[in-house]
Amino acid sequence: MALINMVQAINDALRVAMRGDNRVVVLGEDVGKVGGVFRVTAGLQDEFGEERVIDTPLSENGIVGGAVGMALYGMVPVVEIQFADFIWPAYDQIVNELAKYRYRSGGEYSAKIVIRTPVGGGIRGGHYHSQHPEAAFIGVPGLKVVIPSNPYDAKGLLLASIRDPDPVVFLEPKRVYRAAKGEVPDGDYMVPLETASIVRPGRHVTVLAYGAMLYEALDAAAKAAEKGVDAEVIDLRTLWPLDIKTVVDSVKRTGRLVVVHEAPRTNGFGAELVTLVAERAFYHLETAPVRVTGFDTPFPYTLELEYLPLSHRILPAILSVARG
Amino acid sequence: MSSDQSRRSGSDDPNAIVSVLRDDGTLDPAHDPHLGDDEVTFLYRHLVETRQLDERFVALQRQGRIGFHVGSLGEEAAILGSAYAMRKQDWLFPCYREFGAALMRGFSLQKLCDNMFGNANDTVKGRQMPCHYTCKAVGWASISSPVGTQITHAVGLAWAAKIRRDPVASLVYFGDGATSSSDFHSGVNFAGVFKLPVVFLCRNNGWAISVPVERQTATHTFAEKAVAYGIPGVRVDGNDVFAVVAVTRRAIERGMRGEGPTLIEAITYRMGGHSTSDDPNRYRESDAVQAWAARDPIERVRSYLVARGAWSDADERNLKADIDARFRDAVAIAEKTPPPALESMFDDVYAKVPWHLAEQRAELVAGPRAPSPHG
Repeated sequence: MALINMVQAINDALRVAMRGDNRVVVLGEDVGKVGGVFRVTAGLQDEFGEERVIDTPLSENGIVGGAVGMALYGMVPVVEIQFADFIWPAYDQIVNELAKYRYRSGGEYSAKIVIRTPVGGGIRGGHYHSQHPEAAFIGVPGLKVVIPSNPYDAKGLLLASIRDPDPVVFLEPKRVYRAAKGEVPDGDYMVPLETASIVRPGRHVTVLAYGAMLYEALDAAAKAAEKGVDAEVIDLRTLWPLDIKTVVDSVKRTGRLVVVHEAPRTNGFGAELVTLVAERAFYHLETAPVRVTGFDTPFPYTLELEYLPLSHRILPAILSVARG
Repeated sequence: MSSDQSRRSGSDDPNAIVSVLRDDGTLDPAHDPHLGDDEVTFLYRHLVETRQLDERFVALQRQGRIGFHVGSLGEEAAILGSAYAMRKQDWLFPCYREFGAALMRGFSLQKLCDNMFGNANDTVKGRQMPCHYTCKAVGWASISSPVGTQITHAVGLAWAAKIRRDPVASLVYFGDGATSSSDFHSGVNFAGVFKLPVVFLCRNNGWAISVPVERQTATHTFAEKAVAYGIPGVRVDGNDVFAVVAVTRRAIERGMRGEGPTLIEAITYRMGGHSTSDDPNRYRESDAVQAWAARDPIERVRSYLVARGAWSDADERNLKADIDARFRDAVAIAEKTPPPALESMFDDVYAKVPWHLAEQRAELVAGPRAPSPHG
């Protein structure tokens, strides 16, 4: 057990996966010699060689398409897309090819790969280093979408994602890559997919969050408590398929719902979460659910802290929903 | 040759067109793949089968019995010759015009017909259009309609095999239109960088639906694109099955030596429409089609075999009757096989059916049925 950050925890997960299974390979831009622009894959090439930790040409569709072919041969490629903002050239490969391979081949084949990619703002990265595009993957039949918020979950969820039979888009909240530290066991363990975590139990209002915004939700909940509002904060961890039971049970207890995400509001995951809850717990709701999200604009550079749904915007939402 | 494509190859072109089967029926020893008469006969039978089935599937579509067909009329030698060169352990990544090659490698005609009808026995469980079948048993990848997307998959497969030190090559089929796609660029580039045993088989059939080759590229040939990736590009008479076998074998041998991929431009002609949904009379003259008919890839092999005394009119009659009989039987079975079970719509999206799909499956099963597509 060691106190490490998320970058180290993900690196550790990759190392454990690669030591245990020689089918696992890592490929992407700059993942080899330099160990990735965030150093997530640092040292892996030294241990596993250039054939298993592969610096590729600069082409996202080539990386993902190549990984699909590797998977057809029985490898388990873990792809790094350097920033989620750069994933769109590979979107066709992800949506039409990777996600559909098992279905469209009647189950004769499957294409098991994990796509790791850093997401989110608050790092002064502007539009092209800050997007949080989970909604573009959650709606895609065949994909699973995972996002850890802390080192323990990051390692356990990544190991579970690598061993899951389905393709996984693994989003890494880069704002807390190094800021989130925690005790992480040595060796092998998994955090099961499709399980949310009640990080802060509470009675008055349910707050759904994930990734970097979990910490903002927790901060807002602490401040709400000072005002007598006891918020329950849930870290969704696997966005899809969602741990629907944990979410709905919580709202049935609290009767109130706030959803937080960085991505733009319209057609964001919050819309789906609110609908799912409304369909299952409508008569338990005491007041209208509220979404605290990024705005429906491109991600701004200078005003990024105004764009993000930080604690100062979550707190009033919690208070108004709790009192509504 | 007399098409736009062949005009693109001037006599000063360093990328000369490889051909083997001469007009007088002899073989050019420079590239002769040394096929025995039994091998040529095997190829010929499959060439004829492919042509005949193409015609039958079009008829089924016109009769409204199947929804779609995308054929290989005129391109049979490019497709079957290259597939014939691939070894048992090698993998093929089809575009969507290559059913004849799948059958030649052992995919059953019954399964093909099941796919054409999208019935319960279809290997892809009625989930895709006709001609989008799968056959893992013969190293045949899954087929998708978007053009060029399979190119990077073929590269990845050869990459994995190389990492595993397995002597496995991959061949990927695509048309001239696909050379404009980003997946072509990425795939060929990756294969060049990592020296992967991939055969990039470009069927230059003159057309991407209605768009001629001049609108796909400003290069003189498609093979010369290989230069930009640091790999060899070869032009071959795609209507000469001997030449196609020869250049494909050479590409595999090169790949197995660890020297990397080869781009083959097989010059041929799409004698039919893009698919049963297309009418080529709207965008091209019949002159070119007639000129290419004189270079028919199947007739050339038949003449060769007849001249060698290895094929007779009786053989021809028997073969065609046999193909028709097998086709009739397979269609009869496929047509009366029921559609896939309703619940099967939800299988294989994920390895296990997750809660939301289980909910939707229950909703579908309990709900009203859609009207029959046949009225």
